[in-house]
Amino acid sequence: MSRRYDAIVVGGGHNGLVAAAYLARAGKTVLVLERRDVLGGAAVSEEVFPGFTFSVCSYVVSLLKSDIIRDLQLSRHGLELLPLESTFTPLPNDDYLIRWADHDKTRQELYRHSPRDAEQYDRFGQLMNQIGMAVKPILEMVPPDPSRLSFAALRELVKLGRHFKSLGQEKFAALAKLMTMSAADLLDEWFEFEPLKATISASGIIGTFMGPRSPGSAYVMLHHYMGDIDGVFRAWGFQRGGTGEVSMSIARSALELGADIKTEAPVSKLMVQNGKAIGVALENGDEFYSKVVISGLDPKLTFLKLVDEKELPQDFVTSIRNFRIRGSSGKVNLALDALPNFTAIPGYGPHLRGAISISPSYDYLETAYDDAKYGNFSRQPFIDMILPSVLDPAMAPPGKHVMSCFVQYAPYDLNGGWNDAQREAFGDAVVDAIAQFAPNIKDIILHRQVLTPWDLENTFGLTEGNIFHGELSLQQLFFLRPAASWADYRTPIRGYYQCGSGTHPGGGISGATGQMAATEILKEWR
Amino acid sequence: MTESRLFAGKTELRLTPFHARTAELCQAQEWRRWSGYLAASAYDLTPENEYFAIRTTAGLLDVTPLHKYMISGRDAAPLLNRIVTRNISKCKLHQVMYTPWCDEKGKVIDDGTVQHLEENKFRLTSADPNLHWLTENSSGMDVKIRDDSETTAALALQGPNSRDILNQISTVNLDKLKFFCLTHVKLGDIPVTVSRTGYTGDLGYEIWTERENALAMWDLIMETGKPHGITPAGIYALDIARIEAGLILIEVDYISAHHAIIDARESSPYELGLGWAVKLKKGDFIGKKALLKEKRQGPAWQFQTIEIEWIPLEKLYRNIGLPPQLPTTAWRTSTPIYVNKRQVGYATSGCWSPLLKKYIALAHLETEYSKIGTQLKFEVKVEHYRHLTPATVMRKPAFDPERKRSCP
Repeated sequence: MSRRYDAIVVGGGHNGLVAAAYLARAGKTVLVLERRDVLGGAAVSEEVFPGFTFSVCSYVVSLLKSDIIRDLQLSRHGLELLPLESTFTPLPNDDYLIRWADHDKTRQELYRHSPRDAEQYDRFGQLMNQIGMAVKPILEMVPPDPSRLSFAALRELVKLGRHFKSLGQEKFAALAKLMTMSAADLLDEWFEFEPLKATISASGIIGTFMGPRSPGSAYVMLHHYMGDIDGVFRAWGFQRGGTGEVSMSIARSALELGADIKTEAPVSKLMVQNGKAIGVALENGDEFYSKVVISGLDPKLTFLKLVDEKELPQDFVTSIRNFRIRGSSGKVNLALDALPNFTAIPGYGPHLRGAISISPSYDYLETAYDDAKYGNFSRQPFIDMILPSVLDPAMAPPGKHVMSCFVQYAPYDLNGGWNDAQREAFGDAVVDAIAQFAPNIKDIILHRQVLTPWDLENTFGLTEGNIFHGELSLQQLFFLRPAASWADYRTPIRGYYQCGSGTHPGGGISGATGQMAATEILKEWR
Repeated sequence: MTESRLFAGKTELRLTPFHARTAELCQAQEWRRWSGYLAASAYDLTPENEYFAIRTTAGLLDVTPLHKYMISGRDAAPLLNRIVTRNISKCKLHQVMYTPWCDEKGKVIDDGTVQHLEENKFRLTSADPNLHWLTENSSGMDVKIRDDSETTAALALQGPNSRDILNQISTVNLDKLKFFCLTHVKLGDIPVTVSRTGYTGDLGYEIWTERENALAMWDLIMETGKPHGITPAGIYALDIARIEAGLILIEVDYISAHHAIIDARESSPYELGLGWAVKLKKGDFIGKKALLKEKRQGPAWQFQTIEIEWIPLEKLYRNIGLPPQLPTTAWRTSTPIYVNKRQVGYATSGCWSPLLKKYIALAHLETEYSKIGTQLKFEVKVEHYRHLTPATVMRKPAFDPERKRSCP
């Protein structure tokens, strides 16, 4: 079979779907090819155990761009973001720290631990808002190539220079600090209550093979701070039905706009003729032809697996090889017979309606990282949990619950490699860590799904299990993501484009890379 | 007589030590937040009574939600002098000074009062938390800073009868207590500090005591005040009084430099009508350099009271067959002000002044258009449609009775 399309998107993750929808919206014929039987990539909901639905990988939404929501009419197609109300950090002494959605409640709570921090918290929020506003235009801009002195690139650079100048000295200094410092050092400048610092710093290590004391972790923190919902900065939301429903809303929009989507259609090769992409071949031998091919996969798969190396310049291949994509996290999904009962706040309460963070101190997090540095999973891991069924009871049978645990660290290169025994040992470590704060957890687990970095790679196509398609470290951001001179969604192969999280501005369920890639492609389409 | 019904709900907001009394009295069940506390907006179903109590008898207000800091030690005055714009070395024992304070850019962070309680001992009141700001600016100083916000209860007794009420129970006659001065006395047997201060621009006092004395103090003042027409008053009443008095409110009339996301939201003291409180001749203080420059250049904005003229406003309503509809409570919505179709400012709070019989507002105006008597156009919505109606810059404060400052 061979139908010609204007564009073929490899990978039905949320970014691929966004790119497809935008191209279809512009009147192009588009085909999305997804290897698995479900759409969404890492933003996927699956009924892993009968009656229990999980956001199997990615579990919260905040970075989804509002113009994508509008352009693709996602609310009409099923986007329903419920607010996550709090961040609860249980502490070893049976005390706790909670940051609520409500300012007064948060202030009271912080004041209990440190009057100074309660005051600083507002000012930190002010700065993060200002920096967020300062960085947003950069995130929304196609990275100019400083090495190519074309008129257009220069114009973009001048624009960027002007933007930085407009920040003023104070904010520019703060931005420079955020770009270079460790989350721990930065937060030490602001706060004194360790669990507060540790919990904020945790967003600086998520998805990254770094500890809170590693330089560069402050930027990852900022990346997480930048999420907004309906224009409100730092809002995190939970999608009704799980994050897969975000992907499905995009897919429904794409289908309505005329795109074709095929699942269980693994692509084996990009077909290239005279240095130009002409289509793709599936593993079953089927071929599809198109004017352009867009890969939503990570840079390693996009360039080192789908393409014959000889089609690419050697220095480019080298930079993609050097692109850091070390997996650092695992995911444990629990089907529960009841709610976890935390010693710090027993019983049901609003503290279960938000994020629950096992991050009592820097040392706790840094020790967890130490384990991973030397090839072990953390014996006492950092865990970011949510209880989706509390917000959306349809995720589990009545009275039962699902719990999503994002876990760090789980190194891809585990000593001796991952196997079933190691996977279970890792799962046990996670449950033990939770049990220190919610002792009933062991008695209420009905089913347990443990995903190691190897599982994330094998099942979801995340190379080395990296959730961001490559670390958000300074040397691979902006015009260096994924490689110098190729940060504008183009590739050395004509007609071959990239639109995954491995491109600027990077990971999170933002849809930004898919949208910007589509915009660039359409610009060239005449 | 209707049967009285108990109305109560749980709250995670903080309750002031007077809550047991204020909750019982709050017929209107209109509450609002004030610095994380539950505060009564109105007690009476018709809150006008509360406003008139402040102006004609005495209104009793729970002002405990104010932030209160005790600053003591040899460097207490130097620390305050470093922070606030007024000259604290001139603040005599038992004197109180109202003052703003700024960041290095000379933009206002907050405003409040400095009370010189004892030798080397001051209380600072503020609208926002300032513990950290005080602490981080005190390094190397011989000073102790304590947050008394929770432990100090505060009432404001405001209105022409307030002195008579307090004199009946005070161990020391307050006739000689001058405007913006304080004294330590006992009310009955309760040790308190009484300062002749307030947020109403009227004769009035604020009374400061330990938290545990709160209910006894409330009961004593209410009981004593009964024949003098004492009335518990809420924020609605206070808001009208403070607009008449031309007193600014943080987050309404200005944004703290510590909260503003963009520079344009920040204001200097000069732009808020507080130039009189900036003492550039005193020693170095935070923001001085920027304020010197601003004084030289002249501020871009002024903060004034305007009067929305009655006859044209009445006419707008009459044209559609309605009597003029006036705001029954103070509003806090930014409202554009024009001169020759160009916007030259905006009003941030406004109200009908029941006493002056004037529709007034507090407004930020470009300096050029801020002189008393300047004719402006104020945007009003009349029965869903926008109109521009004449307004005039008037003297601030709009209401300034002699009794505010005078002693008998």
